[in-house]
Amino acid sequence: MANMGPYENVKENFSWSISEKELGYHNGEILNIGEYCTDRLCRMGKKDKLALIWEGFGGDVKKYTFNDMRLLTNSIAHFLKGLGLEPGDRICLFMDKVPELYFGFLGILKMGGIAQPLFSAFGSDSLITRLEDAKTAAVITQKKHLQKVRNIVPQMPYMKHIIVVDDDGSKPLKEREIAFHMDQAERIEHFDIYPSKAETPSVLHYTSGTTGKPKGAQHVHYSLIAQYITAKYVLDLQENDIYWCTADPGWVTGTSYGIIGPWVNGMTQCVLDSGFKAETWYKFIEKYKITVWYSAPTAIRSLMKDGDEIVKKHDLSSLRHLCSVGEPLNAEAVIWSKKVFGLPFLDTYWQTETGCIVISNYPGMTVKPGSMGKPFPGIDATVLDLKTYEPIKKPGIVGLIALKPGWPSMMRTYWNNEITYKSKFKNGWYICGDRSSIDEEGYFWFVGRDDDVINTGGHLVGPFEIESALLEHEAVAESAVVGKPDPVNMEVVKAFITLKPGFQASKDLDLAIMNFIRKRLSPLAMPQEIEFVDSLPKTRSGKIMRRVLRAKEWGEEIGDVSTLENDM
Amino acid sequence: MSDLKNIVLNYVKNEYLEEGDDREVDFNTPLISGGIVDSFSMVSLKRFLENKYNIQIPDAKATPDAFDTVNNIAELLKEFNIQ
Repeated sequence: MANMGPYENVKENFSWSISEKELGYHNGEILNIGEYCTDRLCRMGKKDKLALIWEGFGGDVKKYTFNDMRLLTNSIAHFLKGLGLEPGDRICLFMDKVPELYFGFLGILKMGGIAQPLFSAFGSDSLITRLEDAKTAAVITQKKHLQKVRNIVPQMPYMKHIIVVDDDGSKPLKEREIAFHMDQAERIEHFDIYPSKAETPSVLHYTSGTTGKPKGAQHVHYSLIAQYITAKYVLDLQENDIYWCTADPGWVTGTSYGIIGPWVNGMTQCVLDSGFKAETWYKFIEKYKITVWYSAPTAIRSLMKDGDEIVKKHDLSSLRHLCSVGEPLNAEAVIWSKKVFGLPFLDTYWQTETGCIVISNYPGMTVKPGSMGKPFPGIDATVLDLKTYEPIKKPGIVGLIALKPGWPSMMRTYWNNEITYKSKFKNGWYICGDRSSIDEEGYFWFVGRDDDVINTGGHLVGPFEIESALLEHEAVAESAVVGKPDPVNMEVVKAFITLKPGFQASKDLDLAIMNFIRKRLSPLAMPQEIEFVDSLPKTRSGKIMRRVLRAKEWGEEIGDVSTLENDM
Repeated sequence: MSDLKNIVLNYVKNEYLEEGDDREVDFNTPLISGGIVDSFSMVSLKRFLENKYNIQIPDAKATPDAFDTVNNIAELLKEFNIQ
């Protein structure tokens, strides 16, 4: 039987206090996510239960109980405190999906720090932008990513420590660098956990926007209240489940539902730290008898491409509940998963700023393939008119997805950027930045972004950041970056480029620019297509009109071009 | 054939291994499933091969399996009479 009862009943009677009560939290008390995910579970008698089964590439396996996790997160917290790091310091996690990343996250929270996870494929430029904004005091990283940090160390006087979790002594560490080996560290039985309260900052996740630099969505420890109950209801996590969230904790899914949600629910979760391969994924499910699987449409479509036969070679009968996040899940993927796994992937919708699932399909609720589902109980969601920002009452009309502020895991601000934070609200609604319609039965239907941000493989990429980096290439005079349709990733990055005098378009230059962006920013930001053009469409005031280029890529109406300066 | 493999191997080492990443990479090292080349970066590796050997690799043939090792890539290139 599912944790969540019939949707309409639950919605009618829901209050976030249900979650507080189940967690034993009372208003005004100490609330520390690190403590709730480790020590609390041990006190509840789960100390010998497996918390993490980790498998690296090549079959290396590590297993940790909740008590191991309690002690190791204490060790990390103790180590960080010993370095002189203080509550409120931003501490970046810049690692692959190794156990140190997961326990480091909770260790930071236990000592009162603000965890700042960043995707390990980020290049130095992406890294410095985010570390500079947060004035990050320490980075925890691996040997293989150390050079990217070293490249920017001279620009970071505020950076006190660079902690290397797998240093083997083969090459000397440099100034400000220090080794820490979690598995060999002294296990600390008692650590004075920082007495954080509900509104104490906990996590800083950077997300891209249309203009300006990436913004740091700042969350607080009270987010736990929403992450607990949404993981319980939507992911339907139950005592004997073996859970697998494929997301990287460099992104919000990997922390809200790859760390906090499952562990505060006392789950055994599995982590696979290797590149994507259908065979490897199916073997992983079979080997650990995964029951609940939370993945992304891009991954599902990649699995679809590999066909049905490979699925039949594996015993995947342990699977009982599948969910998806990151971008709209197309109806074909829902139907395919039902055919090959006997279960539909249920689409969930949320974003870095919301901290938890806000619109979703639920166990037991009729799934309309291609729909986002309905608002989570406790979330007041609607669509607003594009011009008046008033709620649209009529079914089927496209508007802006908007949420009434006040749910526990809502971001509290953008770090150093209160003006942009405030701009996200209209008429008392938080504007998500996506468009959808609502049908006569209350189901939301995703239409697309309301801005120029590119959703590629479930990750948001800001065109401005790529355009800025492109200008640093010696051959590039001007650029405009848009998303173009892609059957697997929904969108991929396409760049339109004008060249400086003396440079000529060529295949080699095309590849050189692609690699330039891949290394500076990340593989996600790398243009998968570059079109060299003589000029870019601009307004009379000189602003590049991305929407004209985007419309052409998507075969859409270009719309009002009365301000266009030149013909394309 | 070993010239071709060495060219591809050197390109992979120079372009996709991060500075300081001292992993041994040889003709049989899994590149995609091993996390050295991710699915987004695979597009640039494909583009390199297309530019270098003046071929067009159809998307249907540019699978993670076909690109998973230098040996696999060499096998794929054989289909284009590149050896």
